[in-house]
Amino acid sequence: MVTVCKIVIQEQLDKLGIPYELNTLGEVEFQDPISIARREEINVMLGKYGIELLDDQKIIFVQRIKDTIIELINLDEKVSSAKFSDYLAQRLNYSYGHISKLFSDVTYTSIENFIILQKIERAKLLILNQSLTLTEVAWKLNYSSVQHLSNQFKKTTGITPTAFQRIIKMRRLQPGQNS
Amino acid sequence: MNQPPLHVLLADDDDDDRMIFKDALEEVRVKTRLTLVKDGIQLMDYLLQDDCDYPGIVFLDLNMPRKGGIECLREIRSDKRFNNISLAIYSTSASDGDIEDTFIKGANVYIRKPNDFASLVKILEDVITINWQYHNSDLNRENFVLSI
Repeated sequence: MVTVCKIVIQEQLDKLGIPYELNTLGEVEFQDPISIARREEINVMLGKYGIELLDDQKIIFVQRIKDTIIELINLDEKVSSAKFSDYLAQRLNYSYGHISKLFSDVTYTSIENFIILQKIERAKLLILNQSLTLTEVAWKLNYSSVQHLSNQFKKTTGITPTAFQRIIKMRRLQPGQNS
Repeated sequence: MNQPPLHVLLADDDDDDRMIFKDALEEVRVKTRLTLVKDGIQLMDYLLQDDCDYPGIVFLDLNMPRKGGIECLREIRSDKRFNNISLAIYSTSASDGDIEDTFIKGANVYIRKPNDFASLVKILEDVITINWQYHNSDLNRENFVLSI
């Protein structure tokens, strides 16, 4: 996915004849300042591929934080939530305090909340798509027990995992549903 | 931060409720702009305009004259143009069964109208930040279900 992105970006920037450098993190560095008109051109070109241009350093950094968290949640080896802070600090090369402050400034939510939300989203997908039992999902996402997962699910979404499963199933059977 | 404000729309026939909602929304940290309509007919007229400035989230009162919330819910969820709009039911408390029914019909959020202002601010803050996450973090909006 990342490689495909890089190739698309390289192709499109080459086409526009804009000098740039691509570093190992996949960040593009322009060699000359980019005019507003030029920026618009790049945005239109990359927009076709669903790639957006983010112009704020903070937003870019938050995106990296998010990507790192999501990557960590999707890892098959299990990582306890306590280790998230160490892992983020190490991967992003900033203190966790800095990372966490910047994250809540931009997203209005804490990293802890974001991690919970992402884990619950992943639990939803696992319940819906892979027909895993709740016990298996709890194990896969490193919850200490099914009860813990159930409680966090209910606390985050307001409904139980079983009700969620029922709702989505019934929703897909609704006539005229567009989703 | 130069993120555009979130466009919020509230459909509610009660003048006081609309005013309280407006005041509460102003307390929420995420930048928003609000459009107010008084019933389901006005809501659908607004959404079906040719050059409609689509809201990111619609808060829908269930009991409104002329056209109620459930009817709007059904109409909005059967029209592809509205795919990116999150729907929040904003109503007086109901049974779990009623709530589940609105989710099945495509609502994303069910809010029981709280009795005090501070709780409303807190609820709107939660709903809007979670909604923001769905829009900005590649989450599948089909799985966005929140009862609060």
